[in-house]
Amino acid sequence: MRTNPLFRGMTQARYGRRDMLKLSAMAAAGIGLSACGVSGKQQEAVADDDFWQGKKETGNVRFANWPLYIDSKRTQLKQFTKATGITVDYKEDVQDIAAFAGKLQPQLANGDSTGYDMFVLTNGIELARFLALGYLAPLDHERMPNFTANIGEAYRNNSYDPGNKHTAPYASGITGIAYNPKYVDREITSIADLWDPKFKGKVGMMSDPQEIANFGLLAGGVNPAESTEQDWQAAADKLRQQRDDGIVRSYYAQDFVQPLTNGDVWLTMAWSGDIYQQNAEAGTDLRFVVPEEGATIWTDVMCVPTTSEAPVDALKLIDFLYQPDIAAGLTEYITYIPPVPKAQDILREQAQDASGKARAELERLVESPLVFPSEEDYSRLHNYVALEPGKEKAFTSVFHAVTQA
Amino acid sequence: MRRKLTPYLLALPGWAWLALFFVVPLAGMVSLSLTSGNVITGFEQTFNVGNYVDAISTYSEQLFRSLLYGLGATLICVAIGYPAAYWIAFHGGKHKSTYLLLILLPFFVSFVLRTISWKFTLSDNGVVLGTLKSIGLLPDDFGVLNTAPAVVLGLAYNFLPFIVLPIYAVLERMDHRVVEAAHDLYASKLQAFLRVVLPISLPGVFAGGLMTFIPTTADYVNASVLGGPGNTMIGSIIKTQYLVNNDYPIAAAITFVLMAVLLLGIFTYARALGTERVMEVQAK
Repeated sequence: MRTNPLFRGMTQARYGRRDMLKLSAMAAAGIGLSACGVSGKQQEAVADDDFWQGKKETGNVRFANWPLYIDSKRTQLKQFTKATGITVDYKEDVQDIAAFAGKLQPQLANGDSTGYDMFVLTNGIELARFLALGYLAPLDHERMPNFTANIGEAYRNNSYDPGNKHTAPYASGITGIAYNPKYVDREITSIADLWDPKFKGKVGMMSDPQEIANFGLLAGGVNPAESTEQDWQAAADKLRQQRDDGIVRSYYAQDFVQPLTNGDVWLTMAWSGDIYQQNAEAGTDLRFVVPEEGATIWTDVMCVPTTSEAPVDALKLIDFLYQPDIAAGLTEYITYIPPVPKAQDILREQAQDASGKARAELERLVESPLVFPSEEDYSRLHNYVALEPGKEKAFTSVFHAVTQA
Repeated sequence: MRRKLTPYLLALPGWAWLALFFVVPLAGMVSLSLTSGNVITGFEQTFNVGNYVDAISTYSEQLFRSLLYGLGATLICVAIGYPAAYWIAFHGGKHKSTYLLLILLPFFVSFVLRTISWKFTLSDNGVVLGTLKSIGLLPDDFGVLNTAPAVVLGLAYNFLPFIVLPIYAVLERMDHRVVEAAHDLYASKLQAFLRVVLPISLPGVFAGGLMTFIPTTADYVNASVLGGPGNTMIGSIIKTQYLVNNDYPIAAAITFVLMAVLLLGIFTYARALGTERVMEVQAK
């Protein structure tokens, strides 16, 4: 049963998925530290066919995801249980990818169950590491008809996991610039605006090396995909100069929305969905732009660890979420980019059937370039720098030297 | 025979706990801090002392800053906590436990929320600064958030109860007749405090100081929430190295450097305050 659209958005708080401070996840650091003496150990590669041999449905799947990345009633999961009879043990345990991956690392290295049959990771360093270490099960596309039929073209040929062999996108988002027109009296169009001395002490940047690297590179006119170690150094120098000139107020992990709303920062690197949600929720008039130099697109992907105890169930759930109407329902709540383009058509139809406030809300969602970017938008969006194995340390230390001074 | 063994048996759980959850991991960490390699290929024991050299040379600035912030927060805590403990112990009357509860009350709210509430309070246009700015007491571009003072104040705020309680415990147990005796010997109020009360309460200050200084120095939450560029503390570095970079050897090496520096500081501090007497009074 659908909820009455009148109450939609009024009864459900829509927080940014990353609103939850990472801090509780930081407690995991303590746990991680006591598990010391663990070293990374490559799992023996499992041949794709072999992995699925003899795997059976168990009737329950444990799924770890970001907080508030599905509505509080878990509508889509209930629909899944109704359709398949498989129950879902859903946990909002992913509050910080690095901490989450760091916590799982020792268990996966030992070939132990992590307590999750599937989880979400962002297409960054941690995902690359898990792929390189062979921790993620190969996805059997033959068992995933919805996935094969409905996944968007842009997601088929991605750089982080070509052919989606081990991952299936959950949602994507854009890292661009958000600004508060209450304090900024001109239109912000360019990454160079983040270096404008006029905004001294009022600029927010992101602390994540991959996020800030892209902006440093794009500011210097370098395409992140083709960047070299010299480019990283040059980008870091540019970012360091921005810091030393006192322009940067703070390097945010994820909590940039409140300072931007309060006026502690006037413009900041930001995630599209968080700004969309803040405007919808709090009635603020924050602006989000994809700067002319380009911006970053990231993707949260679902994956199944090789130690999953219910891989078949996990696969079914992943495939279920690729049904266009299910994807549409999910998008309506999380307001990030769905990997299923057909979701837009479904939401458009729903908007036509709806009326009043619900209609306006749905129309706004359907037409938003932040949730459904155009082809032209996509052409200006860059992935994180793809790092060859062994280069992560060199990369992160260059940018940590800027953000963690 | 049995009677002789009893104390040891009683101490056994404590020892086992320490051995299992402190000594063993510590030994593991020492060994880890001397390895080389990376998380993909695995770490190999090479007795690589270079990790320590790297840790110190790369992060000495953050280490020094953390000690400074920890010290600052501890001094603020003593300055605020001592009078509070003194007042509760000597003038709290029958409501002593209520006052103590009030001191502890913030602890019933999650640490994270408490720190975040500071963000709201200290916001450029928030209740404090916004008001002061609107009546013209502060220039418009004045800000506290994302600066060193914000971090130190946040630390002091979060760890205040740790210093009030030990000082209170010592003052509360104090025999008040010694103050009367001081007055009988014509000591002024100030003299009685400086020469009688203060020395007796020093063990409490010592214990409270340690309980504040150690965790504040190693804290990483306040700096990341309230700090700005250039306020990174060593705790954040360790966390990043361990969880983000998975560079376990460096993380372990920094941890031991921090531990060594803290221990050194504590021994110096204990010497200065006269440990033996301190421990003696604490034991009573």
